Amino acid sequence: MFLGYRRNSGRVGVRNHVLVFPTVICAAGVAEMISREVPGTVYLGHQHGCGHLGEERDHMIRTMVGSCSNPNVAGVLLVGLGCEMLSADLLGEKLREAGQSVETIATQAMQGTGDAIAKGTELAQKLLEEAKDARRERVDASELMVAAKCGASDTLSGLTANPATGVACDILIKAGGSAIFTETPEMLGAEHVLARRAADEEVRRRIWEITSRTDSKIKALGLDVREAEPGPGNIEAGLTTLAEKSLGAIRKGGTTPIVEVVEYAQRPSTKGLVIMDGPAHDVVSVTGMVAAGAQIVVFTTGIGTPVGSPIAPVIKISSNSSLYERWKGNIDVNAGAVLDGEETLQSMGRQLVEEIMEVASGKLTRAEVLGYREFAIHTIAPTV
Amino acid sequence: MSHDVLVVDAKDNVATALRPLEEGELLQVHIGGRALDVTVLQPIPFGHKIALTDLEKGQPVVKYGEVIGLATQRIGKGEHTHVHNVEGQTGRGDRT
Repeated sequence: MFLGYRRNSGRVGVRNHVLVFPTVICAAGVAEMISREVPGTVYLGHQHGCGHLGEERDHMIRTMVGSCSNPNVAGVLLVGLGCEMLSADLLGEKLREAGQSVETIATQAMQGTGDAIAKGTELAQKLLEEAKDARRERVDASELMVAAKCGASDTLSGLTANPATGVACDILIKAGGSAIFTETPEMLGAEHVLARRAADEEVRRRIWEITSRTDSKIKALGLDVREAEPGPGNIEAGLTTLAEKSLGAIRKGGTTPIVEVVEYAQRPSTKGLVIMDGPAHDVVSVTGMVAAGAQIVVFTTGIGTPVGSPIAPVIKISSNSSLYERWKGNIDVNAGAVLDGEETLQSMGRQLVEEIMEVASGKLTRAEVLGYREFAIHTIAPTV
Repeated sequence: MSHDVLVVDAKDNVATALRPLEEGELLQVHIGGRALDVTVLQPIPFGHKIALTDLEKGQPVVKYGEVIGLATQRIGKGEHTHVHNVEGQTGRGDRT
């Protein structure tokens, strides 16, 4: 059980954000100025919204609509320019269909910047007032979808923090909830292990499809994934090969059957353990999983990374106590305690579930306290 | 789990150092319910891997009970096992 915000859509949020969201980068400046005028709103900048080719148009719409309709979001002010591909009207209509509270402005239709800020400020204040009416209520843990992510990993990530996160995912899924993980490049070398855990033939086919697609896409460009995987910091920390990194990375999903494989930012249709196809890039993958509906992110690290999310609380787990001692201000839970003999993976996982429930009920994570709000959308076509 | 090194799976032929290991140290490694004596042949940094058996060139290096790469040269029991003597076989863009 936790205390969450039940939305009109029926979904449950763990935060009550009002976003000021530019639908195109050309409106980002105005959106940021509006957000600055209305403390309490969250400005969410990105570099997209126009010039998208082929599938990327729908991919961008899905990601932006998914981000703005995540149940942690109470309302959204969409700030458009006017001549862009993804206009405020277009995204606004889709968000209203999803049951989200939305206001829109198009900068080109205003009498210059001053007018746009004045009008935008008024609308953002209205959304903020409406959001204040939301009240937390007791809801079942089955309403949660937790995103599991690892970044700036060391060899201990796969031995402590990731398997402990896996235990937490197992517990949440047993309680009727969901967990999602991604980073397809970091499934290479471990595909067969994941495929064995597929709930049915279709899921098994999809696991092989996304992994072989990622592998062949990189090779088709004449590139070698090993240039970046493992990265220089991973190697310094002791990770030797991509397969080793992948086998450690997939442990964060736990041990339950994989029930579905979704595309980047696509909302799962079932509860349980879900794989999202997406890059390993820390911020891009978190953005995708939150757009897919995850309300909380559990992020493991062995070397240390401070990143957060503007929409979902990010719980940071250290894989070793040396990092925890140096980075206490950034880390929420230290899975290094397993190596120190103070905890087992099982007890660590249970402790993590308790932390997830507290954060779901309003406890701020270190990344939230420090104000980390990174956001970056995966691109899949050339920028024109 | 308070040990010098950690072995994940009984099939593994490498262990992960849970503290910096010094040359000449004698370790007792617990693997699949049995104890194995391993002498550390060279300094091994925290988090890096040590070979638990002699590995010939081309032999699989196993961790998590799975192959993580192949030995690119002979690796003696107790030697540092890392990018200088192991090569991954996954995502080989150089072989397309």
